[in-house]
Amino acid sequence: MAAAIAETRGGPSRPVSYGSISRSRKRALVWSYVFLVLFAIFFLTPPIYMFITSLKTSQEISAATNPWWVFNPTLANYTELLTSNQYLTFFKNSAIISIVVVTITMLVSIPAAFALARMKFWGSTTLATGVFLTYLIPETLLFIPLFKIFAFVYEYTGIQLINNWWVLLVIYPTLTVPFCTWIMIGYFASIPKELDEAAVIDGATYFQTLTKIFIPVALPGIIAAMIFAFTVSWAQFLYPLAFTTSTDQLVLPVGIITTLIKGDVFNWGQIMTGALLGAAPPLIIYAFLMDYYIAGLTAGATKG
Amino acid sequence: MMALPLIIIIAALVVYPAIYSLHLATLNKSMERFVGFGNFEFLFKRETFWMVVKQSCIFAVTAVVFKALIGFFVAHFVHAIPDKGQRKWRGMLLVPWVIPPAMSTLAWFWLFDPSYSAFNWLFALLGIPSVPWLGDPYWARFSVILVNVWYGAPFFMIMYLAALKSVPEQLYEAASIDGANWWQRLWYVTLPMMRNIISITVLFSLIVTFANFDIVRVLTAGGPIDQTHVFATWAFKLGIEGGDIPLGATVSLFMVPLLGVAAIFILRDITKRGNEA
Repeated sequence: MAAAIAETRGGPSRPVSYGSISRSRKRALVWSYVFLVLFAIFFLTPPIYMFITSLKTSQEISAATNPWWVFNPTLANYTELLTSNQYLTFFKNSAIISIVVVTITMLVSIPAAFALARMKFWGSTTLATGVFLTYLIPETLLFIPLFKIFAFVYEYTGIQLINNWWVLLVIYPTLTVPFCTWIMIGYFASIPKELDEAAVIDGATYFQTLTKIFIPVALPGIIAAMIFAFTVSWAQFLYPLAFTTSTDQLVLPVGIITTLIKGDVFNWGQIMTGALLGAAPPLIIYAFLMDYYIAGLTAGATKG
Repeated sequence: MMALPLIIIIAALVVYPAIYSLHLATLNKSMERFVGFGNFEFLFKRETFWMVVKQSCIFAVTAVVFKALIGFFVAHFVHAIPDKGQRKWRGMLLVPWVIPPAMSTLAWFWLFDPSYSAFNWLFALLGIPSVPWLGDPYWARFSVILVNVWYGAPFFMIMYLAALKSVPEQLYEAASIDGANWWQRLWYVTLPMMRNIISITVLFSLIVTFANFDIVRVLTAGGPIDQTHVFATWAFKLGIEGGDIPLGATVSLFMVPLLGVAAIFILRDITKRGNEA
């Protein structure tokens, strides 16, 4: 302290304050890392614990040993699940549903976003806002009336909508289409008008303008929307829980919860393995396409 | 009309069911007789209903506050470290948001397990008495909120990080030259610049947290003794499992007022943004 005073007295105080800024920067950096590590531990504990448990035998799980360590690692849980028809059926249902929903969503929302971003017609802004607002209506409000409506449909047409996984193909787009349309309106609106005007002058139809100009230029936005649609339909839990019951119609999240838990017996090794494998597709997609995903999240504001 | 499929989907599967649920809410259990506000009256007389109202509000508000705080601080820390390492950290910290909540909640369920709880094992190691995570009403409430915060905080982090990156560096330089300290820079530069993003993220999160289903359903299924039910899970229990569709529809309708208020605020924000552009 005496030295500091001497220095301030001795000359211009600039070097001292520079020193303190870089020192406080360094300290801030160290603290940032400390807290980031703490938060990373908090955020990653459940998935890591899933992985630890998935490598254990049931004997080891029920033994009173350290639950945070694997003493006899085994892949039995994985082989058992990956050869079980039931689990593969859930996986197949989930995969088909998600892929088809992504396709439907794109077929519906790309043209809609194009129309709303470029053609000014009566009510187009109202419609754009309306699309956005429907995104805010949660599925937890709609599953009961939908349940009843499906029962009506059966009564009058004989088409059984409940307990068929393909009915989810009809409902999931309501979760994905509004948001995907909304972020693509944003992307399409940012494309310079000159581009498509030039195309129209060259004699391109609306459809050609869309496929030749908008889709290539707005590809990052479209990829973001596709990832979003995929993760939403992969993770959806309420609708399949409400509308499907027999084991060959279930999707992954519901399947794991209803079939791997038998009565009061929890086969935790398999449950964790099943959950981890179920979480894998979105995790893999996001490992490769994280930047698109984040761009999509921040382009509009999303569910949180 | 290229927007036609969109309009049809929304009208048939969102708008129509929403209105239809209003009609459902006025029918009796077997759905043959119009009972007017009978279902509402019935609910108002039930203690469980008021408990659900209280729990839904506590759940949503507490969870959103913690998500926003944690998200804000984590975003700051990520923003503070050198650009090179940011991608890696961001990726790690975003993991909870990417795993389907029904599956990650299973992991939490297992961590909370009464006889083999990995948390209680650690507590025992430190000499802390074990905690009945899901067996005791208060701890069960704490647990569902904790899991929700865990799941939702990364979303706030990513939104705030995007907002932080959009604050021009010159503003901070100007503030430092004027002698502003760390706190003043945060309060007078960062927060005003982020205000829009913060308010819209909080509103969104409030809506989805209020309407949450997966976490509560998997973790406690509303128990012990209905203490952790929120509107969505209780509506599911009454409407689908209990077979009383009108009553379930009535319960889920109670989410509408909050949604309406939030929608008005968000709409105002959007039109404001539209006017600026």
